[in-house]
Amino acid sequence: MMNRYYDIVIIGAGPAGLAAALAAKKEGAERVIILERNHEPGGILNQCIHNGFGLHTFSEELTGPEYADRFVSEVKKEKIPILLDTTVLSVSQKRVITAMNSSEGIFELEAGAAVLCMGCRERPRGSLNLPGFRPAGIFSAGTAQRLVNLEGCMPGREVVILGSGDIGLIMARRMTLEGAKVKAVAELMPYSGGLKRNIVQCLDDYGIPLKLSHTVVDIGGKERVESVTLARVDEHQKPIPGTEEKIACDTLLLSVGLIPENELSREAGIEINPVTKGPIVNEQLQTSIAGIFACGNVLHVHDLVDYVSEEAQTAGRNAARFVKRQEQRVEEKPAVALVAGRGVRYTVPSMIHPENMEENQKIRFRVDAVYRNVYLNVYRNNERIRHRKCRILTPGEMEEISLKKEELSEEFNPEKISIAVEEE
Amino acid sequence: MKKRELTCIGCPMGCLLTVEQEETGACKVTGNSCKRGKSYGEKEMTNPTRIVTTTVRVRGGVHPVVPVKTSIDIPKTKIFECMEAIRTICPKAPVAIGEVLAENIAGTGADLVATASLLAK
Repeated sequence: MMNRYYDIVIIGAGPAGLAAALAAKKEGAERVIILERNHEPGGILNQCIHNGFGLHTFSEELTGPEYADRFVSEVKKEKIPILLDTTVLSVSQKRVITAMNSSEGIFELEAGAAVLCMGCRERPRGSLNLPGFRPAGIFSAGTAQRLVNLEGCMPGREVVILGSGDIGLIMARRMTLEGAKVKAVAELMPYSGGLKRNIVQCLDDYGIPLKLSHTVVDIGGKERVESVTLARVDEHQKPIPGTEEKIACDTLLLSVGLIPENELSREAGIEINPVTKGPIVNEQLQTSIAGIFACGNVLHVHDLVDYVSEEAQTAGRNAARFVKRQEQRVEEKPAVALVAGRGVRYTVPSMIHPENMEENQKIRFRVDAVYRNVYLNVYRNNERIRHRKCRILTPGEMEEISLKKEELSEEFNPEKISIAVEEE
Repeated sequence: MKKRELTCIGCPMGCLLTVEQEETGACKVTGNSCKRGKSYGEKEMTNPTRIVTTTVRVRGGVHPVVPVKTSIDIPKTKIFECMEAIRTICPKAPVAIGEVLAENIAGTGADLVATASLLAK
């Protein structure tokens, strides 16, 4: 039977969990364990067989499985155990983690600190109010990716994709390479939420049309998808009558957004940010419950895995320090609030305790629309402390700024830091 | 003279490039905002290349397929030919990450390399 106490329990062995475990170990945590519900580590990277991962971390272009392998090898070298096929059922305020698998049954682990690395889920059809029957042939893009890349079977031959998120774009190319005909990618918004490089290399390379400001207004077929009808939408995202176009196809893929998977966090009573749908965290990436940290896509959805790894290192390091200090949250002084100002949807973290801050604090955020030739301004109270000209800001690319510890020193009496997109 | 319109992938700006190629082969790029756009436009006009990533069937593995990539980027025009050649390859498990499953695939000079390990059943 396994030991019941661990310094650090990490939930999820995807890119966030693997990097957090390594960082915690490096920071001196001795007993680290990772719990993973799948039968192998790596998380979603295992099915992301395309290249483009690791440019920032390793200065080379890796595929998803190769990127995962680098971290899995390190974890093995450090002899950090990964408990596979193990589902976490609950996390308590006192950091007791209840989990189950087929060899141990239901068991509890006590954690000095826990790191939430559960990743995210795709938005399903049900959240879109798509009309039509419920025929076979409608898949989320990630499900199709799993079918093709792991299970070796094709979900269909003639494909329409709704939503231009990165997974949808990647699957447009993947299905094309496997001999399918991808007839169109429709995007409700007037811009794509995907990375520019994916639009060029996955759509333009293969002559696949991207129809911006379009949506699905009908799905034909009762047993199997037979057609999808697209229509142009107006500025309020309402379909414009008379613009319908019926496209014969047998498959509809949905790439319409990702939602952090926070069922465990919610049940634990962790405060959730309604914008990111991830936990509200402070500078250490610690949630509203002392000793529970969060990182990666469970915290907010990322577009680059390199940033997930970096964020997870911060969470893992701080989790190890929390255990070492043997103390609860240090919070004698009030936190400096981080405020998402005009044009900014959210910031991670949501607050900073300057006394606990590292020398440099990264703040990640997303803007709410496409902006050209604007300034990204950062204010401490009402004083502007950053003024960066940006030729373009898009919701599809996560932005970051870095604050220095000295910028939040007491002499400035900082109460809030706000970030805004402004004309000057 | 050949003329093409491209979207630069150097950064999120996504500049719309117009590339004109003289008979001599010299390229003129307009619409770019920086030198990355110029070199991208020239490369795309004269010799566009891509790394191909896909899967191959494996006999006797714990999964039916293993992911693979070309060891170097290959000419864009050769992608489908390369896919055809890859479809004929069917290694036997186990497969190790980094293992070369085929050399000089479709005459491109690129080897086909496994990007994950696959255990035998």
